[in-house]
This record gives sequence, C-alpha cells and structure tokens, in this order.
Amino acid sequence: MKKLAFATALTLVAFTVSAQAQEPRRGGTIRFTAPYGASFVSNDSHVSNQIQDEIYGYALHGMLFRWDSKAGKPEPELVKSFTTAADGLTHTLKLRDDAFFHNGRKMTADDVIWSFTRLVDGSKNYPGASRVVRIKGAEAVRKGEAKEISGLKKIDDFTIEMTLTDPADPSFLFYAATTAIMPAKEAQAPDFFNKPIGLGPFKFVEHVPGSRMVFERWEKYYKPGKPYADKLVISPMGEAAARDVAFRNKEIDVSILGSTQYVAYKADPNLSKGILEVAEVFTRNMGMNPEFKPFSDKRVRQAINYAIDSDLIIKRLVRDKAYRAVSWLPSSVPAFDKDAKPYAFDPEKAKKLLTEAGYPDGFEFEWTATPNESWGIPIVEATIPMLAKVGIKVKVKPVETSALGGVVAKGDFQAYIWSNTSGPDPLTALKCFHSSTPRSSCNYTTFKSAAFDKLFEEAAAERDAGKKVEIMKKANALLQEEAPVWFFNYNKAVLAYQPWLHGLQANATELALQRYEDLWVDATSPAAK
Amino acid sequence: MLPYVIRRLLQAVPILLAVAGLIFVMFSVIPGDFASTQMADGRSVVDAEQVARMNKQFGLDDPVHVRFANYAMKLATLDLGTSFRTRQPVINSLLERIWPSLQLAIAAMAFAIALGIPLGFLAALKPGGWLDMQSMFVAVSGLSLPQFWLGLMLMYAFALVLGWFPSFGYGDGNPRYIVLPAVALGVAPLALLARTTRAAVLEVMNADFVRTARAKGNSEVRVMRWHVARNAMVIVLTTLGLQFGSIMGGAVVIEKLFAWPGIGSLLVDSVSLRDIPVVQACILLLVLFFLVVNIIVDVLCALIDPRIKYT
Repeated sequence: MKKLAFATALTLVAFTVSAQAQEPRRGGTIRFTAPYGASFVSNDSHVSNQIQDEIYGYALHGMLFRWDSKAGKPEPELVKSFTTAADGLTHTLKLRDDAFFHNGRKMTADDVIWSFTRLVDGSKNYPGASRVVRIKGAEAVRKGEAKEISGLKKIDDFTIEMTLTDPADPSFLFYAATTAIMPAKEAQAPDFFNKPIGLGPFKFVEHVPGSRMVFERWEKYYKPGKPYADKLVISPMGEAAARDVAFRNKEIDVSILGSTQYVAYKADPNLSKGILEVAEVFTRNMGMNPEFKPFSDKRVRQAINYAIDSDLIIKRLVRDKAYRAVSWLPSSVPAFDKDAKPYAFDPEKAKKLLTEAGYPDGFEFEWTATPNESWGIPIVEATIPMLAKVGIKVKVKPVETSALGGVVAKGDFQAYIWSNTSGPDPLTALKCFHSSTPRSSCNYTTFKSAAFDKLFEEAAAERDAGKKVEIMKKANALLQEEAPVWFFNYNKAVLAYQPWLHGLQANATELALQRYEDLWVDATSPAAK
Repeated sequence: MLPYVIRRLLQAVPILLAVAGLIFVMFSVIPGDFASTQMADGRSVVDAEQVARMNKQFGLDDPVHVRFANYAMKLATLDLGTSFRTRQPVINSLLERIWPSLQLAIAAMAFAIALGIPLGFLAALKPGGWLDMQSMFVAVSGLSLPQFWLGLMLMYAFALVLGWFPSFGYGDGNPRYIVLPAVALGVAPLALLARTTRAAVLEVMNADFVRTARAKGNSEVRVMRWHVARNAMVIVLTTLGLQFGSIMGGAVVIEKLFAWPGIGSLLVDSVSLRDIPVVQACILLLVLFFLVVNIIVDVLCALIDPRIKYT
C-alpha cells in the first residue's frame, strides 16, 4: 500500500512538474535571428518584400489576416470575420474593435483604407501593391486616374466592404507584412518611420541598421495575456557559420540550418533535440524553355524527369534536407495529392522517349544556374553525368543570384534552375501555368494547355471548397504529365532552437516567420530575466 | 603646408569623379537590376509592368549617358540620391553607418599598431634571431589568412570555447563587442606593419648618421629613440596610412560576418540588391576616406622629418 501511495505521489509530482513546464511563462527576452542575406531595409514594412523585413514585420505590425501554421491556412487577425456575397467577389469584413496602435489609439476602417491606398500609390511601387490591385478600382489609383479605391468602402468604423476583381480568397491576399495596417494620421508625420508604431504584439524600441532591431511588449495587445516575453531582439545574421557559433554559444535562441549544418545538428545528441522541420511552400525546379526546340516536345521534358535520379541527389547533395517533388504543388498545400507518385528514375524510358521525340542521339542545351548549394550549380553538376547517359549534354551558364529573376522573366534562357514559391494559395500557384499568364509574371516556361486552362478556370469558379480542391488536384496531375519543369524537390526548412524557447510554429510559408506573441522562454534561458 | 593640403584636397575631386564614373559604368554593364533582385528569393513575382514602373521611378529607363549626366549633376551639388530599397536619401543610410565603421577601423588599427610596430622593431634588433623568426612567421601568417576564416576561428576560440567575448553584434556600448571584429580586421595590417617596421629599422640602423651618432658616444637607447625610430617612422607611417585607408575595404567581409552595422555591411547588401545609389555613395566614401588619411600621413611625415618639404 505504501509503495502504491509513493508511486501515486511520484506520478502526481511528475504531472505537476510537467504541467508547470508547459505553462507559458511571462518575462525574459527572445533573441531571434533574421537568417537571410541582407539587413533590414528600413522601419517601413510597406517598402520591402524581403523575408528579412517580414520577420520584424510580424512583431511590429498587424495584418488583416495571419498565417495559421496548424490549420495550414490564413486565419482572421485584424478582421474578426468576413462574409462573401453570392457573386464570390464582394466580401464584408468585420474588423476588431479592440486592436490598439502602439500610441494607444484604436484602429478603425479608415486606417485600413489609408494603408491600402498608400500601398497602391503608383508613384511608390510598394510590393504589396500586387495584392491590393486585386481590389476593384485599385488599378485606377495606381495609374493616378482615381484617388480612392472604389472597391473598398467603409460601412462603419469597424466594417469594410471589399470588392475584388476576381474570385480570390481575401485571406490569402492580405496576410503578409507587406500589407500591414498602419495608423493613417500618424504615419503621415515626417518622423514616423524613425519610431514606427503598429498593431503588433511588440512595440518598436530601436533599430541599429545591420545589427539588431529591439522591441518590447505591447501591453494593450488584443490577445489577453500575450505576448509572454518582455523583450524581443531580432538580429539579421546572413552568415550561416557565424549563426552556428552564436547558437552554440547560446547567444541566440533560433537558427535556420543549411544542408551541412542540418547533418551536424542531427548527429549531435543535444542539438538534435531542438530541431523543427517543415515542408515549405517552395518547389525547386528546372524550367524548360519551349522556344528551344527540343523542350517544346512533352516527351523530351518527361525524358529529363526520368533521366535524373532526384532521390540520389536529395540524399547525397541536399543531405535529405528536402522532400521529393511530385508535381508543382507542394505537400503542405491542401490540393496536394498524397497518392500521387513522382517520376521514377528510369534512363531506359528516358532514352525511349527521346527516340520517339526524334532525338535518338540526344542534344545539347545551356542550363542557367546560380551558385546556390541547394538549387544551383552543384545540383546541375550532379545531373550532368545522368543526362549524359541518355545522350543529353549540358553546358552550365552561371549567373549571380540577384540577376536570375531578370534573366528568367525576360526568357533569356534554354533552361534554368530555381526555387519558386508554389503556395500557400494553390490557386495562385497554379495560375502561373495558365496560358493567359505572361512569362514576365510567373509563367516562366510559357506553359500553354487548353485542358489545364479549363481545369484552372473550373477550380477558380467553384464555390464548394471540397470540389475546388479535387479540381486543383487534377490540374496539378496534368502539370506533372506535361512536365514543363523537372520536378526536383520541395524545400525542407529546418529551424534549430534552444531548449528554453517554447511555442514555435511549423510555418510552411516560411519557417523563420513566427508568431512572437506565442513564444516564451523558460527560466533556464540566459535572457530569462 | 596649408597650400599643399588644399591642393591635395582639390586633386581628390577629379579622382572621386573618375571613380564615380567607373562605378557607374561597371554597374551599367553587369547583369541584374533592382527590379530583378526583388524576385531573387523566388517568392515574389514582379511582372513586366511593375518592372517598367520601378525603372521609371528610379530613372533606370533612361539611356546610360542621360543617367550618368543626371548622376554627375546631382553629385556636383553633393546630392547622393535616393536609395532604391529604402526610398530614403542615401545620406541618411551613410550617416547611420559611418560611426560604427570608424570605431571598428580605429580599434583594428590600434591593435595593429600596438603589436605590429613593437614586434617589427624588436625583430630588427637581432636579425635572424629567435624573436625575428617568430615575428616574421606571425607576419607571413597574418598576411596569408583569409579574413572570413580568421573571423570564424576567433569566434570559435574566444566566444564559443573560452567564452571571453560575444560572437556577434554591436552591443550597447560595451567594448567587449568590438574586440573580435577588430582583431580579425587588424591582423593583416599588424603583419604588414611588423614587416615594414623591421625592414625600415634595419635600413636606418645601417645608415651613416646612425654610425656617426654612435661614434659621438650617444647611448644605445638615445640612438634608437632619436635616430633609428624617428627616421624609420616615416616609412612606417606611410604604410600605416595606406593600411588605415584600405582597412575599410576589409571591413566589407568582417562587418557582415559579425553583424557589425557599418559601411561595409551596407555596401554588401546594396551590391546584392543592386541599390546603385547606395553602392556608389559607399565606394566614394571609402575612396574619400583613403585620400584624406593619406594626406594626413603626408603632413605627419613632414612634421617628423624636417627634410621632407611640401610646396
């Protein structure tokens, strides 16, 4: 009996300790990193589409919607709810009436309208304009033909009617920091962006350009009890090796890992306990230009897919830090078909297809690539002997990363290798293959298929969410069959975190984007006080 | 002396203009522009219309000669233009970054001078001796080590293993933050200063006037201090000036590695994002710094050695 009582007591203690360990703790500093190349552009989230700026934007600002990593879709944030009219174009947005800017003023519909009008101002060319122009009348403002967006009407202080030009889901349009809602009056003050105010969980304290941005808790944040941490420091750290030392030295709480570090961290008994992985909405691919004659034949494009042993490259070169691509849509979007199989590695079938297409001896092509280790020249070099076995010779044409976009958008290539966003909105991702989408937008391989167009248009018009997904699955399968690209892999993003940091989310749109209000540090953090 | 300084400063103007022209031509011919860099991460789509609008906004759709004329006109009025990425005057970005860069350059040079000159001097006292061999080994190593690698090794040894210094960042005025980047940046000038000092001291030690000084019965300390060190210092000072100017170039790598908020990291970011007005301004600033430091060195040399006359 005594033994039983002791065991019960032990169990109770264990449960209590466990419950306490899981109870979010208030206080401390979260030391976050912005792990990509450049420093923050400015304190104005509207001017930049760099992911670095999105990272601080998530702390400082509020958007109409916010990505929900668990549900895998955007959820209302400054919008409490919205209803869509029968036409599928008009949406009535109910705004929160408890969201306060960091100067204590309540946000209203006027702030939303001012922010969107600012974004679409033609003289400014802000990146968020590409989303706002999908509101009716926004294009006229962009061109300077109107001063107000006709499709954006204030019903009352907390209700807006938004009419879109196409049947898009507004939650997928307005969840990024590039569409942050700013205070209409205050943001027009000349000194505003030296000390910006937003609606986010943390208030701006200071920005040391190139080194850090510091924030402190916003006490009137609309989610009661949040954020947990007193302070947030975000340091732009583009160098992976430097980040590695800082992480191991416990100076930062998170670090995005590259392939080499991924292997090292997984092999380490301590570091491997703090690894978060997610299939991000990026598809690494080799785009083929149909204006280069062999690539205009579907059989040649399929042959490329059969001739390359993608699994081997992922295993050996990418160090398993990727998921094999099946078609364009990645596994993290709802329209991904879990039963679909990727192209098999089958050089014989590749040869047969090439012979049928009229290239029994193969051909030679020029492959434009950047030095990127995960989707650049090292990958191309690995495919060269594989393609040579079926008679295809490759000439590598190196370009700088910052120049690749321009080269591809102009069509100045025979083939390129790139990592392109393929979500989170599957309809937007598929639109890049619609024949009406120009190369300069995102139809880089100038893909044209009447059957695909039909499926896409059906999906866009479909009001039933379940049926819509099924149609998109068919469209995605058709893309795989047509093979406008070599489907290489979906990015596996990996975040290493310290054992004292809790509340991280597996954000498939970008793992470095976290909801800071949900993060907390326990007492073991060096910055717990 | 004053007319000489003024003349040198005026001579800097055509040099700066030539550099400005060169940078302008280089960034006009290399592939990639600001609009295309907006797509570099593969997540953003910038359509042709948006590209055209951006190019118009930044004046990039004008012919090269028109763009250069506009740029030169602005430069003549000391207007450095507007940054493509921040949409703010370039001067604002520079002003934010100058002080951290100067702090780092001064700390790196202080480290190089404090160790490099005594090391070279001591090495020269007994040529071929143990200290000479060791100091020259240090000098050759210091010149050969890539700065990026050296920075990482310093981080590893002094931040991670020993825990003496933070591995990155600017800190809140705490001098511990500047130590590792300053050492990483200062090792190469240290090595060069040690070698130059050794060579200069050896050369002066064999000069006739030193032999005369000794023959007059001066003590060895006095000979070294008043005759050898002072005369060798002219050569050392010239090297020091060149190094102080070029150290800002080395800061491009080190500032980025240590997340140090200086001109170097601004330059790297601006090149990769093709923010040309900022690139041009950063390079011009570095060139100007180099020229000014060398004028100062020339003046100092004249003050140390009365034989040097500037007219």
